[in-house]
Amino acid sequence: MRLVGWALVAAACIGGLLAPVVAPHAVDDRRPGLLNAPPTRPHLVDSDGSLHAPFIYSWTLVDQLEQRYVENRGTRIPLVWMSEGRLVRSSNESSAPLLLLGADSYGRDVFSRLLFGARTSLALSIVAALGTVLLGAAVGGIAGYLGGAFDDLLMRASDFVLVLPAMYVALGLRSVLPIVLSAQVVFALLASIFAIVGAPFVARGVRAIVRSELQLDYAVAAQSLGASHLRMLGRHLLPAAAGFVGVQVTMLVPGFIVAEATLSYVGLGFPEPVASWGTMLHDASNVRAFADFPWLLSPAAAIFLVVLGVNLLLQSNPEAARRRSIQSMG
Amino acid sequence: MTFYLARRLLFALFLVFAVSSSAMILARLAPGDYVTEALGPGARAEAVAEARARYGLDRPVLAQYADWLSHAIRFDFGRSMANDRPVGELIPERAANTALLAGAALLFATVVGLPLGVVSGSRPSGALSAAIRTFSVVFLSLPPLLTSLFLVFLAARTGWLPIGGMRSADAASGPALDLLRHLIVPAAALGLPLAAMFERLQSQALAETIGQPFVLATIARGVPRSRVIWRDALRAALRPVASVYGLVVGTLLSGSFAVEIMTSWPGLGRLMLDALVARDVYLVAGCAAAGSVFLAAGTLISDALLAAVDPRAIEA
Repeated sequence: MRLVGWALVAAACIGGLLAPVVAPHAVDDRRPGLLNAPPTRPHLVDSDGSLHAPFIYSWTLVDQLEQRYVENRGTRIPLVWMSEGRLVRSSNESSAPLLLLGADSYGRDVFSRLLFGARTSLALSIVAALGTVLLGAAVGGIAGYLGGAFDDLLMRASDFVLVLPAMYVALGLRSVLPIVLSAQVVFALLASIFAIVGAPFVARGVRAIVRSELQLDYAVAAQSLGASHLRMLGRHLLPAAAGFVGVQVTMLVPGFIVAEATLSYVGLGFPEPVASWGTMLHDASNVRAFADFPWLLSPAAAIFLVVLGVNLLLQSNPEAARRRSIQSMG
Repeated sequence: MTFYLARRLLFALFLVFAVSSSAMILARLAPGDYVTEALGPGARAEAVAEARARYGLDRPVLAQYADWLSHAIRFDFGRSMANDRPVGELIPERAANTALLAGAALLFATVVGLPLGVVSGSRPSGALSAAIRTFSVVFLSLPPLLTSLFLVFLAARTGWLPIGGMRSADAASGPALDLLRHLIVPAAALGLPLAAMFERLQSQALAETIGQPFVLATIARGVPRSRVIWRDALRAALRPVASVYGLVVGTLLSGSFAVEIMTSWPGLGRLMLDALVARDVYLVAGCAAAGSVFLAAGTLISDALLAAVDPRAIEA
């Protein structure tokens, strides 16, 4: 089970990292003749029953209104490997592009967008999770170390934020900023918003660990040897929270992926033509589109597989599994 | 006990006050206001100034806030600019719809999740438990955004259930049955992940309780195993589950936002989103107030539940 988890998470990360090589097309390659075209299936056997190297058939539009296509079985189009810096492409890109997961309503390759989307979505979630942990550990560490009124105030504040529905806090913070922004600004903004929303979870845990470590002999010894505040926290107390923090980072990533998807879905995420899993769902966001063209739902499947992968990784850790289930929908 | 509940009630009141106030101020401080959003960039300066004065947007933030607050404590929440209706008229219907959706999902999750958790927690090694566990892990990985997407997809493909909205214009059946048919998809979308979460929690809590000496002692005295599990162990294992019910309201609201958007359920989520984007400050504050009332009620109910299940909680 752990292995399956690792495999799923690794596949998504590698797919995202190698997107420029693995993806057959660029993010914004539009094909007006292939709007909502179905996936092209790689074949090995042609209609006469003889065996060939992998090839595809091109699509011919038969119904403009319903956007129905039929395979053009007359000509085989062989796939070419390792050409023009791409892993695999069709040998006739202009009339028969390789569309492993079909095309969206602009005729863009869904598979390529899915890989580039993995880049955006995963990078955002991981950066946001690291930010959350830095912020949470700083706040929780200081509160636990200093104690007193400051500690009280910080913990009351974080208790308060914990009660609030995380999605609405993120939505509120995002929507009070200008709606139309460049992709880089959106990335930085969403990462900071997610970090603020997630930090109280980390802060509470770190504070509890720091407080209990402070009572232990080694901490008392370090203190009586004259360790400075900074040294006490950085060298002795915070490292004790490393295990907790590691689990916490892993748990935050799925929530952030979903949060990005939700915000992009309602139009408060990344602008066109940036591909993220959320913007892809946004493009598919009418019932007719995804009922007739189910390949447009592939970003949803991708989100599910990554979240499932993380959950399987965390399952071996019972404490993590318990906490995970509480936060799963935030 | 009274002191405990009074303290929690105070927290609940503070929650409503703080959430609606910060929503109001945040929405007011946001760049752009309702007038610039509604009139567009080409509007004449006099028209903009005139409209601002009409909505009270020309005054300083704090003056406007103080004015809003003094009316709000008398249950006058101002007028929605975009809808040109009092906020107090707009909110109740939408809030009731969200409450209906969340209530149905919570009921579904409780009725499905808790018994399954008892089954899988009491016999951790059986095939049935393994099946339940697999379902739970799958649904824990499907947030409401995705469950609603897949259920809407299924409904659209099969045509068994309506795909969105709350009522159909040409309902063949009675209005109650029609509403129920519309409720199934969103409630299941919101309830399934929650049921999975309840199942996991209940299962773990029960497995821990069964390991305790008092359970062994009861079984040793000859009480039937099923009775020990469903009566004695279950009661002792309710505490961790009850403590989660308070947090669940926040989870439900977060989830119902995605579900409402996805299934066009006319609840608070859609209203809040539109109000935020249009910079309709009074409506934003009203929605936040309604949402925080749900939260406050949820935490109060869970505190009372917790106190009933485990009296030790009061002293904490």
